Order: sequence, then structure tokens, then C-alpha cells
Amino acid sequence: MAGAVNLLVQSHPINSALSLIAVMASLAVEYLLLGAEFLNAVQIIVYAGAIMVLFIITIMLLNAGAEERSKGSRVAILIGIPGVLIASVLVGWVFLFHSNTGSVPIGALKGDPHDIAQLLFHEFLLPFEVTSVLILIAIMGAVVLASRPHAVARGPRKET
Amino acid sequence: MVPLSYYLVLSGILFVCGVLGFLIKRNIITIFMSIELMLNGVNLSFVAFAAQWHALSGQVFVFFVMVVAAAEAAVGLAIIIAVYRTRETLNVDRVNLLKL
Repeated sequence: MAGAVNLLVQSHPINSALSLIAVMASLAVEYLLLGAEFLNAVQIIVYAGAIMVLFIITIMLLNAGAEERSKGSRVAILIGIPGVLIASVLVGWVFLFHSNTGSVPIGALKGDPHDIAQLLFHEFLLPFEVTSVLILIAIMGAVVLASRPHAVARGPRKET
Repeated sequence: MVPLSYYLVLSGILFVCGVLGFLIKRNIITIFMSIELMLNGVNLSFVAFAAQWHALSGQVFVFFVMVVAAAEAAVGLAIIIAVYRTRETLNVDRVNLLKL
């Protein structure tokens, strides 16, 4: 949570990215406490590994500096901040004191890879295949978007 | 024994941090990271409920959310690179035209 707040406070994007990595790692520990071992591994590999590396490479590639402050509207500050505070206090109060949700024992559910795979490849087989197509489309879209716009159309550049 | 509501409150806090960053930040990469933060908050509540109801499908759903988030991050960062190439800025206030 401190990492999440830090993400908001920092003005330089690479500091935000590092604090986001801290958030991901602590969430992985939470998953392990809840018994989801497979998700723990996936969280570290996919989020803290792949996605954050993508973010940091983009930040370095674009040479991003500190952001400029812009003036927000005064109405948003006057109404928004008290509204958000009241709403969050209300929600937290309801959750903490008026909920009969019970408690979760640590390591309650065995989320080991065998059971996950059993469920994933029997009941959720169709969504799994659809996500593979989605990833393929995403890869092609990313390559097309990030390539230089006229590199293909113009052909080899003439030397003058 | 950890009460379920603690996990829900933590997840809500993460989500609210994501929304705040999305609304406040002016750097397009930081806005993108706020979206990831929101997804993580939702994932945490999914896992907490899965542990509460002894249902493994919640964890499978979190897996799908992660896959979609990875695809979204790849495409979004490609879009950011394309925007930066044409406009030379990362400030969303300056990106106000669809066509230059």
C-alpha cells in the first residue's frame, strides 16, 4: 500500500514504475498467504517480470522526464476530495464492522498447479484458446503500431 | 485467520489509488501504470473470494485477467511509442488532436 501511494506521489515515471514493482511483489506474497501458489508464481513472472520490464524499457526509450504540473479545476478539488474521503470512510466502516463475511484461514485453499490445470483445461478450455488468439492479435498489433510508419511503404531510401 | 474484509479493504485501497492516478497524473505512462494497479486490486479481491468460498475458478479467472493485462500492456505501450514519435510529448494535455 505504501508503494501504491508512492506511485501517486512520485512525479518521475521511473520512480512510479519501481514502486509499482514493490506493489506487485507484496501482492504476490498476499497470494501465497491465501494459498494460491500458482498465482504467486504467475504474478511474479508475468507482472513483475514481463510487464514491468516493458514499462521500464519504454520509459528509457522515450527518455521521459519529470512531468509538468497542470492546474486542475477548482470545482473538482472542492467537491471531489471531500466526496472521495467520505465515500472511502463509509465503505471501510461498512466493510470492517458490519460485514459477516467471516475470515479466511491462511493457506485455506490449495491452489497448486495440478488442480488449476485440471480446471483450466477441462472447464475453461474455450476461453483459454480464445486468449491465445487474443495474444496473437496483440503481438501483431504491437509490432504494426510500433514500427515506423513509412518504413515499409517507402522502400529503401535513396541516397542523395 | 485473517478476516476477509481486510483483503477487501486492501483491494479497494489499491483500486482507489489506481483511479486517483488515472485522474490526476499527466504522464501517459503513469496513467497506464495506474490501470495496471486497478487490475491488481481487482485480482486481489478475486483471490480472496476464491479462498473464502473454496472455489478454484476464481484463481483461473485471475489468470485470464493477467493474460489480458499483458496483451493490453503490449498494445498500449506500442500506442504510446507511436504517439511519442508523431508528437514528441508524453503529456496528455498536449495530445488533443486525432490528426496532425
